[in-house]
Order: sequence, then structure tokens, then C-alpha cells
Amino acid sequence: MERILTYAEAIREATEQEMARDPTVILLGIGVDDFKAIYGTTKGLIEKFGPERVFDTPLSEDAMTGVAIGAALAGLRPIHVHIRMDFVLLAMNQLVNIAAKGRYMYGGAVSVPIVVRAIIGRSWGQGAQHSQSLHSYFIHVPGLKVVAPSTPYDAKGCLIKSIRDDNPVMFIEHRMIHYQKGHVPESTYTIPFGKARVLAKGDDITLVGISYMAVECLRAQKLLTEVGISAEVIDPVSLNPFDLDAIAGSVRKTGRLLVVDTAWVTCGVSAEVVAQLTERFQDSQQIRVQRMGFKPVTCPTTKNLEDLFYPNSQKIASAAYTLVHNNRKFWTPTHVEPPEIMEFRGPF
Amino acid sequence: MYEKFYRSLYRIRRVEEEIARIYTTDKIKSPVHLSIGQEAVSVGVCEALGRDDIVFGTYRGHALYLAKGGDLRKMIAELYGKATGCAKGKGGSMHLIDTDVGVMGMSAVVGTTIPLAAGYAYALKLRGKNSVVASFFGDGAVDEGVFHESMNFAALKKIPIIFVCENNFYSIHSHQRARQALCNIAERARVYGMPAERIDGNDVLRIYERVMKGVQEIRSGSLGPRFFECMTYRWMEHVGPNEDFEAGYRLRSEAEPWFEKDQVKRLGDFLDPEARQMIEDEVEGEIREAFEFAEQSPFPDDVDLYTDTFKEA
Repeated sequence: MERILTYAEAIREATEQEMARDPTVILLGIGVDDFKAIYGTTKGLIEKFGPERVFDTPLSEDAMTGVAIGAALAGLRPIHVHIRMDFVLLAMNQLVNIAAKGRYMYGGAVSVPIVVRAIIGRSWGQGAQHSQSLHSYFIHVPGLKVVAPSTPYDAKGCLIKSIRDDNPVMFIEHRMIHYQKGHVPESTYTIPFGKARVLAKGDDITLVGISYMAVECLRAQKLLTEVGISAEVIDPVSLNPFDLDAIAGSVRKTGRLLVVDTAWVTCGVSAEVVAQLTERFQDSQQIRVQRMGFKPVTCPTTKNLEDLFYPNSQKIASAAYTLVHNNRKFWTPTHVEPPEIMEFRGPF
Repeated sequence: MYEKFYRSLYRIRRVEEEIARIYTTDKIKSPVHLSIGQEAVSVGVCEALGRDDIVFGTYRGHALYLAKGGDLRKMIAELYGKATGCAKGKGGSMHLIDTDVGVMGMSAVVGTTIPLAAGYAYALKLRGKNSVVASFFGDGAVDEGVFHESMNFAALKKIPIIFVCENNFYSIHSHQRARQALCNIAERARVYGMPAERIDGNDVLRIYERVMKGVQEIRSGSLGPRFFECMTYRWMEHVGPNEDFEAGYRLRSEAEPWFEKDQVKRLGDFLDPEARQMIEDEVEGEIREAFEFAEQSPFPDDVDLYTDTFKEA
């Protein structure tokens, strides 16, 4: 029988198994040891591994990131959890100036094996400072690996890989995929970085979905079958390193690319993917491209504006349809609120 | 003991004088922040530490690097941007490192290494090691939020760490009085829950004694941070090889009492002239040899631009 876990349970299992396997793995962050246990992802770990290896921190994101890096320099493998990615902004100096650069600027004398788990919120009025997906900030800087798996299977394998990696890894988790269920083996396994996953095969257009948008792209793919469009859906899984070859291979076949990010478009992953693909294809093949992401404003809290702000399966399907029909035909499917958003209740 | 202290002080002073002398040739194409005048703090603290103890410092780190036993040849080669440098020529004066002797990498961003030192000390405690971490920073770092966050964490977790504030009164050209309402930094550290004291006079022996006591207490099981605010004075400009008393932000008369307290001269005077001469001759030979090593070393290869961004599995 298939073993089914949620994404959040997969994260917890990966953490528990790695902490049991390797005594140098520690877990820190605001709230990792409380009764809510970061949406259950750290549940029971303090009881199992004790308060020295699993600890709540003062509200000092800057220093605590430095502490995690310093502990890594001393041979530990810290996992630092941020319940909102917005809070990671307080730790940018340590991440950008030390974690990313340490190995290079010290001539290879040190390495910084830390994992920073950054959770992206959305919907239910999360608003301006509880909804940001800032992964592009980290991809911009050489020296940080960035992964954003979208399935429970990849979440477990990627987290184990991140913990075992000798470099700093930003592990991006979207709150709305914490509920996704899927097959997760009990054994430990790793997912290689820099290898995209084809979630659905298709011939007419390539949909690339970052993090939660991979889920929405899959929903759009189903909607598109109703109007006779066969979409290929690719989840990059890892954003740095990035598997451009997989996407190029798909676009060579489909000739059309829609990259959907759970973030703003400008200077983001969608812009980067489109730019790199265009550079690669400019002498060989005419391709049609489009980017989609947050509207270029601050995230509002009120529901009707929030719905306009975020991309969703309906908007993806509609844009894909237009792209396939070379801007000559238009179609918008009925929007069905996905269960994770419909069922979500606060406080958060 | 005096001989050991003098050798360290004299060596740092003379290395930096040579750096200042050679700087006009533009062979060192990178900023240098000289420690001249402040050597006593690094020497006093590092003499109280062992080889297995760890130090974290700042971009003004030549003195700390050398006092803790960092390789002189690799340091000069690093300043010259050579492949044989302690960071393979890719870090320069502000990012010195020698992990073999516990000198962790220095940082050009004020305050950044303070939490790193705290994290390192946390790991030492977790792993049951008997080593101590010393975290060096200036009075400018005390303005940074991360300083306060780190003080709190260190006291909260009772980690084996010595905080060493090198108070030279200036953050670049800005006096402490223009930046801090309460200028007694030790007093401010104390309220975080750790023993803290101010050591006046740039006195290398006094610094050594006080820090030694703190280190011994930590080693004998009385864990938790100790804080030392060491009053000192930077003789040269903030960055570069020259004096800057003509610039107008400080007066030579302010510096003069510190010139009189020069610890290189003071310790030298304790020694008999013959022993002193022998130390100086040895150090001069070592410095000559280090600069020759740097001169003769190759620059990194073009392919080295791309190495060491990530550690490969």
C-alpha cells in the first residue's frame, strides 16, 4: 500500500531521520519547540533530541543566523526555521555577506552547511508582510543554493539533501503546499539539486511552476485539456542550481513557455528563465514566452483584491490558451477555489 | 613572559610598518586597516588563549591574526593578492583566516563576526569541548543591533566566550560621543547578564591578566560570557598607511598620551638589550622573508575566479 504523508509531515520526517542519523544536526528558530511546532513540522523533536539540539530563539533573526553560521563553522549542521519568509529580511546581512561568501572569500578554508527553512504565507489576509516570496533575492547572490520543492516526496528528499549539503541552502516552503498529500517512502533518500521534474507531459505549451505554482499549473493543465490543449508541466524543484536543459528540451518541443512564479515578475525567476531561454533559442527557433506572478503591488488583505493579486489555475489556463492561439483567441475557465485556500482558517 | 609579549608586539608593529612602507608602491592593491597603536589588545588576549581556542575578528585584523599565531608569509601573500595567500588571494587584508591556529575569517562589515563567534561557542559547549572563543570588535560595532542580540544570546545560553571590545573611540571619523548616549560599553554589556569590565590604558599585561582569569574561570566550568572593554587608540588613519591628524576630526594632542603608553616600547624596555636585539633581529629576518615570499609567489590562475563558490561533494 502506498504510504501517504502531507508535505508538512514529510518535512518533519526528514528532520527527525537526519537528526537521529547525525548528531551534528541541530534545529533552531522562533517557535520550533512550542505546541504549534511550525505547523507540525517540528513536532516531537525537542522531546526526542533535547533542548540543546532543538531550541527556540530570541527574536533576533540577524544574530541567530550568525549563530547558525558560526555553529556550522564549528562542525554542526544547523537548520534555522523562519515561519515567515518576510522575517528573513532581518537576516540578509549574515546570509549574503557571510553564508554566501564565506567559502569564496576565505579561499576555500571553510564551508557553511546551514539550511534556512523559509515559509511563504498566502491568502486569508496574510497581507503585505506575511506573504512575500523572496527567493529571487537569494538566487541573485552567488554562493547560496535555493530549493522550492512542491510535492511531499520532493520535500523530504530535498530537505535531507539540504541538510547533508556542505553549503548554505535556502529551503523555500509554501504554506499552501504544507497540506498537499503524496507518496513518501519511509526510508531516507535524497533528491538531487539542479534536476527539474516533469509533472505532466504535453505538446502545445510548457508551463513552469515555481513552488506552489507547480500545483496550480497542474490544475491549469487539467482545465486546458477541456479546450484541447496539451500542456507540459515542469517543476524546477531547485532554483539554484537550475535545470535549464529540462525546460529548453520541453520548449524545443512545444515552442511556447509560460513561467509562473509565486512572486513578483520583475527581476524574478520567471524573468531569468525567459531571458536564458530566449538567449539559447534566438538563433535556432522562434519561441513564444510569457511570465506570470504577483501583480506589481504590495499584497492587500481584503479578499477581492487578494484574488486579483495572486496567480491561480484559472489565470494560468487563460494565459496559456492565449499564448497557444497566438493572441488571437481568448478563453477563461470558471474559477474554482482550490481546497487548501477554501478550507484555510486563521489565525494562521 | 616579557620576551614572548615583546616579540609578538614588536612583530606586529614592524609588519604593519613594512606594509605602510610598501603600500605606496601599489603592490598591495586592496584596502588595509592598520592596527598600529592597538596591538596590545590582541597580544594581551591571545597570550591568555591556547592554540585550540578560537578568535573571530574584524577588517582591522592584522594584529589579531598574528597574535593568535597566523602564518605571516600567507598573510603578506594575501595582501599581495597571491595564490599562496591565506585566502588564495581572494580575500585580502580584510578577510584574513588561518583555521590551523583558530583564526576564523574576518569580515569587512562591522559587527558581523560577533554572532558567528557566539554560534561557534554554542557548538563547542554542545560538543563538550574545553575551548574558548574570543570575539573581537570595535566600539563602532556596539552601535549595531546584532551586537545586542548576540550579548543576549551568549548570556542566555551561558556559552564559553570572551567578548573583547577594542574601544579606540572612533568609528571611522566619528567619535563615540557623537554616536552613543552612554559611552561606558562595559556597563552596557553588564546589563545583559555577564561580568564586564573596562581595562584602561592599553596595558598589555593588565589585559592579559584579566582575560586569563576569565578564561580560567570558563575552563574550570564557570561557563558564560565575559566582557572586556579595552581602551586603546588607533595611531594611523582609518584605512590606509598614513597618519591623519591634519584631517581635523581629531588632534595630535589627543593621541600623544597614547604614544607615551606605547606597549612596544614599554615591553622592550623591560628586556635586557641583548635579548631584545636578538628578538628584533629574528623578527626582521622573518618579515624580510615573508615579503620576499609574497613577491615571488604567483598570482592565482584565471580558472581560480570560479573555484570555491561552493564546496563540492
